[in-house]
Amino acid sequence: MAASQKQPVTGAGPFNGILTWVDQRLPLMQLWREHLSEYYAPKNFNFWYYFGSLAMVVLVLQIVTGIFLTMHYKPDAALAFASVEYIMRDVPGGWLIRYMHSTGASAFFVVVYLHMLRGLMYGSYQKPRELIWIFGMVIYLCLMAEAFFGYLLPWGQMSFWGAQVIINLFDALPLIGPDLSLWIRGDYVVSDATLNRFFAFHVIAIPLVLVGLVAAHIMALHEVGSNNPDGVEIKANKDPQTGHPVDGIPFHPYYTVKDALGVVVFAIVFSTILFFMPEFGGYFLEYNNFIPADPLKTPSHIAPVWYFTPYYSILRAATDDFMWALAVGVIAFVALIVLTATNKTLKMGAVAAGAVTLVAFFAIEAKVWGVLLMGAATLIFFILPWLDQSPVKSIRYKGVLFRTALTIFIIDFIVLGYFGTQPVTTAGTLISQIATLVYFAFFALMPWYSKMDKTRPEPQRVTL
Amino acid sequence: MKLLKILPVVLLLIVSGAQAAGVEVKLDRAPVDERNLVSLQRGAQVFVNYCLNCHSANYMRYNRLQDLGLTEQQIRDNLLFTDAKIGDLMKIAMDPKDSKAWFGASPPDLTVIARSRASHAGSGADWLYTYLRSFYRDASRPSGWNNAVFPNVGMPHVLWELQGEQVMKEAKVQAPGYVKTEQKLALAKPGTMTPIEYDYLVADLVNYMTYMAEPARHSRKTMGIYVLLFLGLMFVLAYMLKKEFWKDVH
Repeated sequence: MAASQKQPVTGAGPFNGILTWVDQRLPLMQLWREHLSEYYAPKNFNFWYYFGSLAMVVLVLQIVTGIFLTMHYKPDAALAFASVEYIMRDVPGGWLIRYMHSTGASAFFVVVYLHMLRGLMYGSYQKPRELIWIFGMVIYLCLMAEAFFGYLLPWGQMSFWGAQVIINLFDALPLIGPDLSLWIRGDYVVSDATLNRFFAFHVIAIPLVLVGLVAAHIMALHEVGSNNPDGVEIKANKDPQTGHPVDGIPFHPYYTVKDALGVVVFAIVFSTILFFMPEFGGYFLEYNNFIPADPLKTPSHIAPVWYFTPYYSILRAATDDFMWALAVGVIAFVALIVLTATNKTLKMGAVAAGAVTLVAFFAIEAKVWGVLLMGAATLIFFILPWLDQSPVKSIRYKGVLFRTALTIFIIDFIVLGYFGTQPVTTAGTLISQIATLVYFAFFALMPWYSKMDKTRPEPQRVTL
Repeated sequence: MKLLKILPVVLLLIVSGAQAAGVEVKLDRAPVDERNLVSLQRGAQVFVNYCLNCHSANYMRYNRLQDLGLTEQQIRDNLLFTDAKIGDLMKIAMDPKDSKAWFGASPPDLTVIARSRASHAGSGADWLYTYLRSFYRDASRPSGWNNAVFPNVGMPHVLWELQGEQVMKEAKVQAPGYVKTEQKLALAKPGTMTPIEYDYLVADLVNYMTYMAEPARHSRKTMGIYVLLFLGLMFVLAYMLKKEFWKDVH
């Protein structure tokens, strides 16, 4: 559109002139309307819909505090630990910035896990929002990488040994394993070379990708519009006069003021932790990490930070005996496909894939399978939109089967997380193994139970 | 749905639980009080006199002790015994290689020891408070000392003149249904201090070490109260704003 055809900006008082000038050179008002003042969001968002905006707030918090930390932090194995203590003591306000960043890391995962749970509950991954979900999952993977790289930087015992354990996982992969882990570390052990490259990844590479992905996530969301707790499409019901959804309200000002309230409540919880229990019982700042990294002294108990522990449990669950249980699971799964599928190619494919997997289970050592299972546990979320065969989106109208499955899954995830923080015990391993099977069963069986489930009819309009 | 709503609470409960750790010893609660300047000053004095010869505090500066209500001159006169400048870090002259040869392990830096010794059994202060009161005579150890909290520790009992000498006594205790042997520390040879005086001394020392591990601890809590008060006000405003805007949404 040519500049002269555009309407001048109104309603901004003394800024009308400058905004008109900008708007004639940049689609400023168009962006404002499409994403805020005329982005129609369902009016029935509940508690669970705060966490998306909170995740953005935490992202900004992490970037800003991170910038200030890099001004004083030294990515050098000989200086890193001391530079963090320097920030905590000698840099004015340094302790506040550092605690904001360390508490922010855990807060990020809290809000992201709750945001993902919201998606699971209200079927926000279902058509037409599959791509939003996929972008979200890539964000989640990046976030895990970001947290992993960042955790090495304080150069404490847990930083060092946590990185050592995780990088050594790649060692287990067939053929390329040892070379790959050497390539990641840049050395034969975690060392100064590793610290330097992790610093580079943590402060620039991953954050750049993260910001881009968040933009893609929101653009995809605003293209199809937000889901809501009833899982009904508000765009299906438009006011004939205005053309706006009757159950929608403009994001600005309605959700900007509502999310502002959410941000304040979040800030209260966040500040309570930051100012009164920054270590959070050893979960946000592990006690061992106040000991400088010592390559010659392995801690008796190495546990990742809490947000990784569900996957750490799955990793540790893969023992030789467990492969038999997994084999039974695979056979049952293949049998289920053969018995219920109508497509002949699918049946044959399932049998072939099952047979290959079974052979591989015992041809490749259990340790490798632990790594693969851990990877699969994070990646399996990607195909969720195609696993859910339910005709309705929201848990409000799904039947008892899906509700039960989701409840079990949530408990299962917490159980896995808990045992991931604990030292290995026989009972703990057994429980982790059962929980691992349940974790995968939630996804693997979803096409069946979501189809069999007795759903209730969705309403025409959203309910408040 | 109920269950999904209480989930954040459940998560918090689990998370606020404890972290697993190594040796199981029942720790005494350290009576630390970060606002007691007299205790902190005395703790600092004990620290520089008894600890800061073998142990460094490499991240702590002498002039930071002004937090404890001391002037730079008072710090110079009473707490600084080396040729270090007032703005210098609390370093020591001992070569780690020598100390490793002498004690079997280099004495660790103590700046943040009160944080790193925390576990599910208690805070780092609890651990230090119990540890420093649990040395006992053990002829089988090279130093002649052992410790109930840190078995086979390399460090000899530096404060022995004050506490005296403890020994580990085995006592038969009648448990329900069987007799069990319990190990108990007993004072065999009194020191220059009574046990209560010694406990106070260690409490002051641990109080200081807790401060040293996080000098911002006190200001953090003070600031936290103001931040929460401010956010409380913000909450009221944000709530009213939301209510006002949303009153037409039905």
